[in-house]
Amino acid sequence: MGPRLKLFIPLILFAVLALFLLRGLELDPREMPSALIDRPLPEFTLPSLGSDTLVNREAVIGEVALFNVWATWCVSCRVEHPYLNQLTQQGVPIYGVNYKDEDQDALRWLQELGNPYRLNIVDADGSLGLDLGVYGAPETYLVDAGGVIRYRHVGVVDERVWRDILQPLYQELLEERMP
Amino acid sequence: MNRSCAIIALLLLSCFVMPATAVIETYEFSNEELEQRYQHLSAELRCPKCQNQNIADSNAPIAQDLRKRLYQQLEGGASDSEILDYMVARYGEFVLYRPRFSGATAVLWLAPVLLLLAAIVLALLVLRRRKDSGGRDDSELSAAEQQRLHTLLDESESGS
Repeated sequence: MGPRLKLFIPLILFAVLALFLLRGLELDPREMPSALIDRPLPEFTLPSLGSDTLVNREAVIGEVALFNVWATWCVSCRVEHPYLNQLTQQGVPIYGVNYKDEDQDALRWLQELGNPYRLNIVDADGSLGLDLGVYGAPETYLVDAGGVIRYRHVGVVDERVWRDILQPLYQELLEERMP
Repeated sequence: MNRSCAIIALLLLSCFVMPATAVIETYEFSNEELEQRYQHLSAELRCPKCQNQNIADSNAPIAQDLRKRLYQQLEGGASDSEILDYMVARYGEFVLYRPRFSGATAVLWLAPVLLLLAAIVLALLVLRRRKDSGGRDDSELSAAEQQRLHTLLDESESGS
């Protein structure tokens, strides 16, 4: 390498570093891939909200569905709620995981804001949440017909998230089931 | 006067403000060894919510849950690696402050060693090249250089 070219080494190093830092600006460190992708939905036996019956894993799998982890103490869940109502109207099955919440508060919430859920799994002590790798509500899991978790979205599901990420996957999973 | 009284009163009052200490629950361990392992593991496990704290330091609800689970597992007789496997299965490699060696983390673990080796090799190369270029002190001139120096000096003297 000529001595002239050597002069450019610092510039090249700087450019490489700048590229990495630029990339770092765009990355969201809170966006972690779930450890449960392509793994079966964990086993559980928990009460169903608003009734005395217990539900288990077998009761909620069998078709492509969303599992929405929510709580009344979670502010973003309130933001998300109207859109979940819309999705239910479009015919998307949604199961709720009422995460570390009070039953009374949760029932009142559903009465006031509408109930988009097929049923709600009462996860009062967060044990199902822990098995799912939940670290904060709201989180939404896309589970296929065989009960395997295929995608996890952390944060609010809104029209953009549904259109850009969840819906394409959802359609794909529906078609997977057809043949 | 009034104002300074008020300030002094405020300062005095501030002495009585309770520090907002995080309530971190305490667990009763059946033996000392379990407690030590608890301290060790809770410092090794990273809180998934508040990402730059371990679960021992964090007061996030999820950290509380993980500490509780850790306690239950220790008392249940699980080994350290079983507990770590359990956490990794749910929260991914991310929960380990010292990720395990695998294909994905190989770069992370090997980079320091490789960089150090590269630096040593580079240093040796530079040193050897310096040696090869005569092995003499650069402040001394070679015969040819002396000759050239003389000519230049002569030129400038005759020129002036």
